[in-house]
Amino acid sequence: MTEALPLIEMRDISIEFPGVKALDGVDFRLFQGEVHALMGENGAGKSTLIKALTGVYKIDGGSIVVAGQERQFHGTSDAQSAGISTVYQEVNLVTNLSIGENVMLGHEVRGAFGVNWRATHKAATEALATLGLEHLDTHKPLSTLSIALQQLVAISRAMAVKAKVLILDEPTSSLDAAEVEGLFRVMRVLRDQGVAILFVSHFLDQIYAISDRLTILRNGRYEGEYLTRELDRHELISKMIGKDLSTLSSLGGNRRAEERDYAAEEPLLSAKGIGRRGSIEPTDLDIHRGEVIGFAGLLGSGRTELARLLYGADRTDEGEITLHGARVDIKSPADGLGKRIAFSTENRRDEGIIGDLTVRENMILAVQAERGWARPIPRKEQDELVEKYITALNVRPADPNRLIKNLSGGNQQKVLLGRWLATTPELLILDEPTRGIDVGAKAEIQEAVAALAEDGVSVVFISSELEEVVRLSERIIVLKDHQKIGEIVNGPTVTAQQVVDVIAAHGVEAAAHSGIIDAEAGLHPSDSRQASVHALAAAKEES
Amino acid sequence: MSTDARWSWLRELIRKPFFWGLIAIVALLALNVLKDPNYLALSINPVNGNLVGNVVDILRASAPILMIAVGMSLVIATGGIDLSVGSVMAVSGAVAMVFMKEAGESGSLGAALGAIGLALLVSAVLGAVNGVLVAYVGLQPFISTLIMMLAGRGIAKVITEGQNTSATNDPFRWIANGFVIGLPVVFLLAILIVLVVGFVVRRSALGLMIEAIGINPKASRMAGIKPNGLLLTVYILSAVLAGIAGIMSVGTVMTVDVSRTGYQMELDAILAVVIGGTSLAGGKFSIGGAVVGGLLIATLDKTIVFLGISSSATPAFKAIVIVVLCLLQSERVRSWFVQRRRPPQGRMTPSPAPVKQENQEVTA
Repeated sequence: MTEALPLIEMRDISIEFPGVKALDGVDFRLFQGEVHALMGENGAGKSTLIKALTGVYKIDGGSIVVAGQERQFHGTSDAQSAGISTVYQEVNLVTNLSIGENVMLGHEVRGAFGVNWRATHKAATEALATLGLEHLDTHKPLSTLSIALQQLVAISRAMAVKAKVLILDEPTSSLDAAEVEGLFRVMRVLRDQGVAILFVSHFLDQIYAISDRLTILRNGRYEGEYLTRELDRHELISKMIGKDLSTLSSLGGNRRAEERDYAAEEPLLSAKGIGRRGSIEPTDLDIHRGEVIGFAGLLGSGRTELARLLYGADRTDEGEITLHGARVDIKSPADGLGKRIAFSTENRRDEGIIGDLTVRENMILAVQAERGWARPIPRKEQDELVEKYITALNVRPADPNRLIKNLSGGNQQKVLLGRWLATTPELLILDEPTRGIDVGAKAEIQEAVAALAEDGVSVVFISSELEEVVRLSERIIVLKDHQKIGEIVNGPTVTAQQVVDVIAAHGVEAAAHSGIIDAEAGLHPSDSRQASVHALAAAKEES
Repeated sequence: MSTDARWSWLRELIRKPFFWGLIAIVALLALNVLKDPNYLALSINPVNGNLVGNVVDILRASAPILMIAVGMSLVIATGGIDLSVGSVMAVSGAVAMVFMKEAGESGSLGAALGAIGLALLVSAVLGAVNGVLVAYVGLQPFISTLIMMLAGRGIAKVITEGQNTSATNDPFRWIANGFVIGLPVVFLLAILIVLVVGFVVRRSALGLMIEAIGINPKASRMAGIKPNGLLLTVYILSAVLAGIAGIMSVGTVMTVDVSRTGYQMELDAILAVVIGGTSLAGGKFSIGGAVVGGLLIATLDKTIVFLGISSSATPAFKAIVIVVLCLLQSERVRSWFVQRRRPPQGRMTPSPAPVKQENQEVTA
């Protein structure tokens, strides 16, 4: 990287929210033709810095220099006219318009008689072609595309306005490995064209795979700027969380070592042939008291669908569930809750938090729902409950009266975990509890899971990160193509690779295989990338 | 920023979304005083010791609006809407009038109570139909209650056989026209009911659950809330409150006019709720706000009559006042004012605490 003039230079940026300094003297530089990763824990100020750069927030102090000129952004349109485009975590596109219309929205080619649709679609195809997406039919509705492809369309849209700076805020959080590789390929193309890319991701492997340079923030302060290749993982993580990683790596080792005679004890919950048409084939499953049981499988393998049946979030078509030896009928989440089952969704925003309610209200909601509206939880009991879980789970900021939507993702997740723990469940189902959250919060949540199992709570743990499943679970249920294909009793010798092998052995499909290798990442990055490219090609053929 | 504690209540008040509603009431009263300096004067009727004056009239007129506004605010909080309240008023009035006409005993308390009980029962049934359509059938609230709005007038016509129906019954009349400790019964009754509803909603967890459903129905279900029963309750409550409003409304003249009673009252109720700061998107609601909104609409109605604005121009005048209010409430418009007012050096004037996203100041 030559030390040319930076395309964007943010100097000494400060932003204050009522009562909090969200950013305190942060510097940030972005050069042409680089992928620059912005790193930090949840709540470190990454999103705030991005919002300052995109004109969503006005800065309280410091300056933003774009291409040598100091700029003041009074709104997102100012930033856009300065050539800064953003693709957010949740794709901001109009799903019922066509692909072409989405790419060109607001920049349609105009002719003598209004919009020239033929030329517009042609321009859209050209914009897509620069990203290797020329095979998409621009007339098809956007909703026919997968989230991954929609994201690439969003990037094309950003590029259609000739953006010089592209901001990708957690673009990979809902993509599988092959899709991530597709995205990276596009990012490399753009970088080589001279676009400056600001990239945020919680997956360290992705950071090392794609970024050239990174800036670390901690608690709203600037921690440093480094060339990615000169900073190893351990250094990076300790700079992000400000302490070393011993807590994280010591976890779980003792649990998997202990042997258990499963046949001898009556299971807490036993499912016989439960299934639901179109989402999960009939499945048998036993869950024992105080056990952490992992569901492993790719996205769409049926792992979430199976968990939803156990809680009553979806209804079963067939099969039966026995709990404590007695047959139960779980038809709704309220039923599940009444049977001391709790389910923390993977879809935090749509099915988890109630954004405009406070942390307190969000935390007591499930307990309150169980008691019914006529028996309100007394204020004192609320305070004790909320105080207990804010402290135990280290929710930051520790303010029960803050609206939950103003918390960072990891802290929202902790509040939701608190909501379910407050119901004192016998079975706690955690669907992707660590997705999209930083290393520190991840370790805290993993610790909480291990501690719960020690206390006799049964936990179903679902995660895309196989390493995490293997580290925490006593048994692992492996799912593929909407059915359970195997069960692994965990032990010191079991590795993520073995789980992968179980999945791979069941029908030989390159696409599925490569996906899971990347999930355990880091081990063979180059191999998996090779495989992923094949997978991407295969996926393209299908669509 | 060091501020006097004694002003902090004022800043609290200014921050309330219904603050501008209060200001508007004061402004309208001031307008009336300009026309007639004695507008606010209250006198005591020497015969019966009751308070007499324009303000008393406004309070009386506000009672039915308060009823439906409070019901509406709960329905809107769940993310729904109840367009049928005006029609339910007519049905309730019709049931009460026909019952008393058939009963025939003009002084009978029993006939009055029977009329009220039956009217509220029928209202509750209509509300239950709304609730079932919304909660269990899954129809959109707008459509379900639109059906009931049209059907309700039809039902009222069937009950009265299409005639304006009058009856005489002194206890019933007393509800709308009587006085207790110098104040109109109807207003005291309205305030009492608002307090009871407010108390029940806020002291139980009903309010929290209604808000949760309104903000994020999916997440609420996943948290174990059973939305159906709550929705049914809220629509029944709204209809019963509309039934009470209908009784208040027909009691004044002891006649039900099936095509005029409660006509377009659903719009007044929705406006009252919006003025009170409850978002039509659902979620957070304010019963206090709905009361301010209801009082404002009653004041506005009386002012229009008092100023002698022609009845054809009435809707336009109403519209102007409401547009101005909504503008004042809008966070964006307020932020413009705040930015204008504040000198560049950043000397603090007591102003509503700015919301970060909208009205950040650059202080260099």
